[in-house]
Amino acid sequence: MVESVPLGAYLVVAAALFAIGLYGALARRHAIAILMGVELMLNAVNVNLVAFWRYLSPANMSGQVFATFIIALAAAEAAIGLALFIAIYRSRDTVSVEEVNLMKW
Amino acid sequence: MNVFLTSIFVIVSVITLVGALGVVMARTVFASGLWLILSFAGVAGLYVLLEAPFLAAAQILIYVGAVAVLILFAVMLTRRVMGDPGVSQNNSQWGAAAVVAALMFIVLSLTSVQNWRPSTESPPLLAVNALGEAFLGPYLLPFEIVSVVLLVALVGAIILARE
Repeated sequence: MVESVPLGAYLVVAAALFAIGLYGALARRHAIAILMGVELMLNAVNVNLVAFWRYLSPANMSGQVFATFIIALAAAEAAIGLALFIAIYRSRDTVSVEEVNLMKW
Repeated sequence: MNVFLTSIFVIVSVITLVGALGVVMARTVFASGLWLILSFAGVAGLYVLLEAPFLAAAQILIYVGAVAVLILFAVMLTRRVMGDPGVSQNNSQWGAAAVVAALMFIVLSLTSVQNWRPSTESPPLLAVNALGEAFLGPYLLPFEIVSVVLLVALVGAIILARE
């Protein structure tokens, strides 16, 4: 398993996933699409954590523990974010982040 | 060097990245959500390759089963405004965003590709048992705090989304 794929390959895949998620979070107009980009970035971080755990210290479960924490917090973040967007949609009738500029200076 | 495992890794990585590209390129937000499911499933495959079966199962259950469905529900509840395929999904600074993301990828890749010395140990035979013991042993306090955070977040989400 460890011999077939070098650690760097996993890290590069995770870096690509993170960069795509970053682009999605920066370039999209729809608030829910931005949330999707954030979820992609969290997944990339998780891949990194698990890859480092498997390759550098497989006997110590910390990598998987932190990956599980991130999954739980990402679920909480998605629930809060979507509830906010639904509330904004209800009061302002839009989910485009360019039109929700109430707090823009 | 096992060619079979290497090719599985390449296939799973391509699935993950194609799904992710679909998320940021799709013409409608609903299609983005469907591509997101593909990307999440690919990440679960990466976990299987990394010998983390518990995380792979959790990824399928939580991301594919719960988060993706939640996102699709939210898209359908807010579809009136930007649902039509004609409306551009990108804002005016998407070019700058692409440059930033590409630079981010280059920097991360350059730091990633170096001579890592993999440990020769293998994971515990019953990795799930070891994970459970880690949760209820050294990580007991963070574990409890995360459960409280999740509870508070879900109650908050209900209050925010209520009429």
